[in-house]
Amino acid sequence: MIELLRTQFFQLALVAALLVGLCAPAVGTFIVQRRLALLGDGIGHVALTGVALGFLTNTAPVLTAVVVSVAGAVAIELVRARGRTSGDVALALLFYGGIAGGVMLMGIAPGGSNAKLNSYLFGAIASVTTQDIWVIGALAVAVIAVVVIFGRELFVLCQDEEMARASGLPVRFLSLVIAITAALTVVIAMRVVGLLLVSALMVIPVATSQQLTRGFRATMALAMTIGVVVAVGGLLASTLSSRVPPGAAIVLLALGGFVLALGVGRFVRRGRVREPGVHEPTPVREAA
Amino acid sequence: MSETATETGVKSAGESAFAMTGGKVTLDRRPILRGVDLTVRPGEVVAVMGTNGSGKSTLVRALLGLIPLSGGQTLLYGRPPARFRDWWRIGYVPQRLQVGGGVPATVREVVASGRIARQRRLRRTSAADRTAVAEALEAVGLTARAGDPVQHLSGGQQQRVLIARALAGEPDTYVMDEPTAGVDAETQRLLADTLATLVLRGRTIVLVAHELGPLEPLITRGVVVRDGLITHDGAPPRPEGECARPGHEHVHPHAPDEPGAAEILGRGAGAGPLNWQGEA
Repeated sequence: MIELLRTQFFQLALVAALLVGLCAPAVGTFIVQRRLALLGDGIGHVALTGVALGFLTNTAPVLTAVVVSVAGAVAIELVRARGRTSGDVALALLFYGGIAGGVMLMGIAPGGSNAKLNSYLFGAIASVTTQDIWVIGALAVAVIAVVVIFGRELFVLCQDEEMARASGLPVRFLSLVIAITAALTVVIAMRVVGLLLVSALMVIPVATSQQLTRGFRATMALAMTIGVVVAVGGLLASTLSSRVPPGAAIVLLALGGFVLALGVGRFVRRGRVREPGVHEPTPVREAA
Repeated sequence: MSETATETGVKSAGESAFAMTGGKVTLDRRPILRGVDLTVRPGEVVAVMGTNGSGKSTLVRALLGLIPLSGGQTLLYGRPPARFRDWWRIGYVPQRLQVGGGVPATVREVVASGRIARQRRLRRTSAADRTAVAEALEAVGLTARAGDPVQHLSGGQQQRVLIARALAGEPDTYVMDEPTAGVDAETQRLLADTLATLVLRGRTIVLVAHELGPLEPLITRGVVVRDGLITHDGAPPRPEGECARPGHEHVHPHAPDEPGAAEILGRGAGAGPLNWQGEA
């Protein structure tokens, strides 16, 4: 284990896991609050086309993935904002196009292979390069900055969009901010857990956290903690045997944590019900 | 009293909280509002009434610019909603069956979000913010539940959270969409008490209501919407009057300067805004 920590590829993997564990649940909290839990999946599908485009044009796939997934996220947001039933189908079409386009372009690309495709679909944290880390690090800084700068407004937006409008918040702009931030998060998480599982790191830690918390801030803080623990934990688990894929290990660990929290949460809530009820203010009756 | 009705739409828009002229709203090609003129001046307590589907809820949301007009125009303190900047002046209480999104939020967090129009990016929560939130919680009797997830509260309590959220913003004008719908008598009374305080402070209130209940004495002006048109604008209906019975359909033609409106509704012209003190 100690020798492993000294190797560069493991250090890079560890940094990547830490950043993903921190960012994905932070953005995920807003997305889950807005009841868009599957947004990450959608962007993940579209991002595959971006990756393949990178191979086809001989550019860094991480960069092309950023461009294409941001474009996809904006498209998804525009469809969502129109808010009609057909939007549902439009989104599905976008997702299929993303996957099919990705597989097709990857097939055509000179350097493309099934192994490379798989490494993006399911993650290949061990192959993270120094260049990847710089990109991931920059994106992570951007994501955290968005949460810090716009957090209060995003809370109102995701909680009650009409209220956000009636408070004069720039609803369209903030909606794009959250969609684009989600796209950046997808790209950060892509190398670690893979495009098909990125959404898991945005959703599961939040779902786990809210079994135990009562407020929004607390949910986000605990979700980020859980994210870091499962990302690093899954990575460490994968070092036990070369047959354990890290991406899947991270997600399964997160799911295990969710089941555990579900049980604990039930237990805690049952305890709370027995607490003496808070008294309602007694109605004041003046002389009629 | 009838002065309010007479001067509707005459006063300059700059003085009014809301001024809609010829307001039309079409949703899914269906006309919901078909040319509404409504001016609300500071200090008025307006009840917008009508049956389900009459367009009363659409009307108040259009006043706020939440629903775009397909014709006519509406002004918020003299500006169209898109160019309005002083959103802190408005406190909106939407009609909600359920408060909250997919993640738990405490009562305090939701109430504090009512301050958003007064807060700036990257500024920390100020002492004034905290005081306003504490006072709003106190006003609706939810101080003891401030740390609880809003999702765990009953319907009436959630309604109180929404009212507290508007109170926390300390606005000049309140717009409440059916604040009394489906809430217990206790919450209705509490709402009446809260509104009475706001009226004393000279706040403007526009509320949509199916029936007024304990709010009735506070109302200074009644606006009845039917089929997307205002069919009565003037003295508020009284429960004793035949016309004011819940469910009664008002068919008076829209004529703001019609002198008989108050008499028809069985309310004398002397009924002032603070009459609730004598009647409560």
